[in-house]
Amino acid sequence: MRIVVNGHAEEVAPRPGQCLRTLLRERGWFGVKKGCDAGDCGACTVHLDGEPIHSCLLPAFRAGGREVTTIEGLSGPCQPGQGALDRAPDALHPMQAAFVAAQGFQCGFCTPGMIMTAAALDQGQKRDLGTALKGNLCRCTGYRAIRDAIAGIASAEAASLRDPIGRSVPAPAAPDVVSGRAAYTFDLAMPGLLHMKVLRSEHPHARIVAIDRAAALALPGIVAIFTHADVPEARFSTGRHENPADDAADTRVLDDVVRFVGQRVAAVVAETEAAAEAGVRALKVDYAPLPAVFDPDEAMRPDAPRVHAAVPAGADAPPLEARANLAAEAHGLVGDVEAGFAEADRVYEGTYRSQRVQHAHLETHGAIGWRDPDGRLVIRSSTQVPFLTRDALCTLFGLDRSQVRVVAGRVGGGFGGKQEMLTEDLVALAVLRTGRPVKWEFTRQEQFVATTTRHPMRVRVKLGAKADGTLTAIQLDVVSNTGAYGNHAGGVLHHGTNEVIGAYRCPNKRVDGYAVYTHTLPAGAFRGYGLSQTIFAVESALDELARDLGLDPYAMRRRNAVRPGDPMVSTSLEPHDVEYGSYGLDQCLDLAERAMATPSGDPAPEGWRVGEGMAMAMIDTIPPRGHFSDARIGLRGDASDRRSPLPRGEGRGEGRDLSGMVSSLTPTLSRTGGGARRGDGAPSGGTVYELSVGTAEFGNGTTTVHAQIAAAALGTTPDRIRIRASDTDAVGHDTGAYGSTGIVVAGRATLNAAEALARAILTRAAAKAGVAPADCRLEADDVAVPGGRVALADLIAEGPLEAEGRADGSPRSVAFNVQAFRVAVHPGTGEVRILRSVHAADAGRVINPMQCRGQVEGGVAQALGAALYEDLRLDAEGRVTTQTFRNYHIPACADVPATEVLFADTHDSVGPLGAKSMSESPFNPVAPALANAIRDATGARLTATPFAPDRIFRSVGTR
Amino acid sequence: MVRRQPRKRLDEDLLGHGDMDLDTITSVLTPREPGALPGWRPGDAWLAGGTWLFSEPQPHLARLIDLTGLALPPSAATEAALSLSATCTIAALDRIELPRAWIAAPLVGQCCRALLGSFKIWNRATVGGNLCLALPAGPIIALGVALDGVCTIRTGAGGERRKAVADFVLGPQTTALAPDEVLLRLDMPAAALRRRTAFRRISLSPNGRSGALLIGTRDADGTFALTVTAATRRPVRLAFPRSPGADDLADAIAAGIDDALWYDDVHGAPDWRRHVTGLLAEEIRAELGDAA
Repeated sequence: MRIVVNGHAEEVAPRPGQCLRTLLRERGWFGVKKGCDAGDCGACTVHLDGEPIHSCLLPAFRAGGREVTTIEGLSGPCQPGQGALDRAPDALHPMQAAFVAAQGFQCGFCTPGMIMTAAALDQGQKRDLGTALKGNLCRCTGYRAIRDAIAGIASAEAASLRDPIGRSVPAPAAPDVVSGRAAYTFDLAMPGLLHMKVLRSEHPHARIVAIDRAAALALPGIVAIFTHADVPEARFSTGRHENPADDAADTRVLDDVVRFVGQRVAAVVAETEAAAEAGVRALKVDYAPLPAVFDPDEAMRPDAPRVHAAVPAGADAPPLEARANLAAEAHGLVGDVEAGFAEADRVYEGTYRSQRVQHAHLETHGAIGWRDPDGRLVIRSSTQVPFLTRDALCTLFGLDRSQVRVVAGRVGGGFGGKQEMLTEDLVALAVLRTGRPVKWEFTRQEQFVATTTRHPMRVRVKLGAKADGTLTAIQLDVVSNTGAYGNHAGGVLHHGTNEVIGAYRCPNKRVDGYAVYTHTLPAGAFRGYGLSQTIFAVESALDELARDLGLDPYAMRRRNAVRPGDPMVSTSLEPHDVEYGSYGLDQCLDLAERAMATPSGDPAPEGWRVGEGMAMAMIDTIPPRGHFSDARIGLRGDASDRRSPLPRGEGRGEGRDLSGMVSSLTPTLSRTGGGARRGDGAPSGGTVYELSVGTAEFGNGTTTVHAQIAAAALGTTPDRIRIRASDTDAVGHDTGAYGSTGIVVAGRATLNAAEALARAILTRAAAKAGVAPADCRLEADDVAVPGGRVALADLIAEGPLEAEGRADGSPRSVAFNVQAFRVAVHPGTGEVRILRSVHAADAGRVINPMQCRGQVEGGVAQALGAALYEDLRLDAEGRVTTQTFRNYHIPACADVPATEVLFADTHDSVGPLGAKSMSESPFNPVAPALANAIRDATGARLTATPFAPDRIFRSVGTR
Repeated sequence: MVRRQPRKRLDEDLLGHGDMDLDTITSVLTPREPGALPGWRPGDAWLAGGTWLFSEPQPHLARLIDLTGLALPPSAATEAALSLSATCTIAALDRIELPRAWIAAPLVGQCCRALLGSFKIWNRATVGGNLCLALPAGPIIALGVALDGVCTIRTGAGGERRKAVADFVLGPQTTALAPDEVLLRLDMPAAALRRRTAFRRISLSPNGRSGALLIGTRDADGTFALTVTAATRRPVRLAFPRSPGADDLADAIAAGIDDALWYDDVHGAPDWRRHVTGLLAEEIRAELGDAA
């Protein structure tokens, strides 16, 4: 049949059950994204004869004879592999330009669908975006920037700014993202690509007696089938840390024992996805079911079924006691808590539960692997930790680092979920065994049933205070359900019981924490890394204690929170490397309190009960015990491709060019790294800087900030900085984009490298001019020397100018967040509406206010999802029952209120240029602030998230 | 328009599947008139908008029978009835101009807006699909029950039979259709469209899937009826000769909706659904009150 795509007729032959989305992607229209394949997320939105539709739901044959417009063709006709920017740098559709101007994206994976939907809205729909955008999910932004884009409000300043620190420079990748050219993990065509699908366990705990692959092998197109008999014996942890021993090595690539419903059983590699799926259906597995345990308390009983026969301990908070199924323990005692409670005028004790929630990044997990012309194993993966994944693959398969390269394209969101090796091991195995390129892309359903979640936790908190509010004792008892595997069990437990109480001055503190194995989906790293669960408990408890004592909640925090000079103590008096590089908590409390006191926000609906609440959070700016980044930067002459607004290698353009030969992949992929490369305004005839960093860009905006940092150090503008990232070939090492380290560690390495290069340039210019370096000043195109100028182009003519920088993640500082809400609660139905939301953040010197605001807004929105709606539910056999976005509701546009974001004015002595981290932490105070506001409104103390109407209506209700 | 097969076991759901291509489908038939509909066989699915069929794995299916080829007129408003074809899209339904005397008309837009899917889904999803999928929250089911809708069904033998919407939907994703039957049309009589109406809906998030969707109607002769959907496993219609008192209405709900009938899924716990049904029913009773 014939279809017209982006103005050009194509003859296509869709398969009978094919949907339009896959047809378009097969034709090279990679701007059409897969977010859910269920019509829920809208990332695949295209126009069919001008009408917006979800292309995943349209039978492809129905597009016959019709006109399809994808993001690539929104502003005019184009061929596959092209887009608006191939015609002219200013050829964006007005809505695309509006999304650039408002920076209405972070990871950008939802953006093509968002723009295609927004571009089709009429004025009436634009006035009610909550309704108009209910078929478009964004996990990163919290929607404010998207609403701004649709309203035509601009935030971004020019990328050609001098002195760019503190300015809202746009993400260098913005034009790529809005035009559908940004290449995510699977946005490339590769000849001879094989597809992998995995059979998953139906049993929560069983021994695999036999797997009969004969019927599957007889099917057409099957290339290989792997079972536990075909994989290395070695165990590893999917959780990745700088020190691989942190996490228990308890996982095999494919195991002969399954420990949760959804665990991998066998992998089928075939010529097509359909063939691989047919192969999976044809596998016959004989299971010997074993007893299973799903509740962590039951799992700790002596007679409980064991999840692992011999528990391998992780080095981070290893288990100490001989209880059953312990994955990790954390204990600490400072002072004498019993004496502390005895001297208290008031004691509060309560038990708080935080549920299992999913990261729900719009790009699912997945990887493509192949052998490069030198025979190296290359894995292109959606990962936050390319270097740690490479190292894990080397260990697992006995390969030298020089034999493995891991690279990320632009990553469609992570939130901690991609600090895991969930796909790369099996893809690597398949490539090593078949010798051919292999792709494994998770479905949204797999994302829900077989990746990781936040650790469900039960936290018993006991606080004692004097009548004036002074805390006398803090005690926490934590039980964390780590699921079937111990990835991040110890780290999350340790971190979750650290800053939460380290934030308060109190002589007597005690923590007892247990992370417990159960036969359920493994938990893993999740934004906040344990703190959101414990902060919910402690900040709720403080609110109760303050009420009991008749104290204002802000005053309660001011009385007890640490101040510079106070030792930061949580569970031990051992020395540590956390210091007050800056301190803005006092400002945050003042900012939030003052903002809430000014009249603003939505009015309460008639008959609803209104209340206010707040909570605070502290976080170490860097994870403990080493987080390393290398950066390298060099001065380059005018690059030949600078005439084109975008380097060819960045879009799908070259993705198609290279479809003929794998040998061209290496140079191409080296440039499709994480994020931005450079802006669209780079002048011709000058010089540029090429910066290599290892950290991954997954929407956190670090690429933008790296360009700003380097530009500031080199006296140039951010659009003169080209960045290569997320590639193990780029630099020596990078621990990875987790623990909110993109700015404070990788940015520090960038700054060190850029400053070293600046010195080298000045030294060479000074020598050339015969003056002292101190008398020279580095500018955009030249060095100003006494009495003249030395062109940078002339300096590189004398030889390369390059420098390296390194950061080791120590010492560390602390960042603070204060969230306040005014809410209305319907006393009958249990509905909660947020009337006002204020968030004050101490991010040190804010290098990019627009981006940092976006991080806060996105964190608040994601936390509101966890506080109000989200619950990854398991049935009695541990099966995940929420397998789609329509049954696992993440915040949509209508669910997220505007949050007023206020920044403390501080300058950190530890972070680069005074900056601190601000990625995970905005999430942490949201649930307790909301709970405290609901308590204020209704008198009900809610002790379990989410505060969904059907769970809270009895507590908050009066009728 | 998809006939729901017996509920899949969850572990079947866990079989790997990739893109939402229905890879087990080997052929698509597009009959041009009802007489040309093929005999149904196992593995067949009737395809209308496809917005549900393509949204979940369907490994048991081998053939699609595309009903849009029938080119049924989307809607017709006569003196006697509003007639909607099974393939009428939600978008087309929302655009229908109805006679002024049909004061129940606002219900149409209210029910369209109650659909979980966005306006983009409206462009493809159909009236028949919403009825046949038989989700408790299906808003076209609520519309049909509140307005005495009758389904016209083509039988496997090529005949036709009629069934009230209230009897057509039997439970979550279960209808009165036999496997070889196809829903062709939904008719709502003009008399029902002349009723005063009141609409209430609640969900766990502002635009979420309905946890309770209630419609009250009041005829010129004072007859009052309350249609309860979404909160219950199947639609429930409670009729009263005249507007009931608050206690009478509450009693009728308690008597008419058995404990086991309150629906339990992630979109609302059954005790909450029962509770909010009482609240919303009373709001509807007050709105439609005795004044008329």
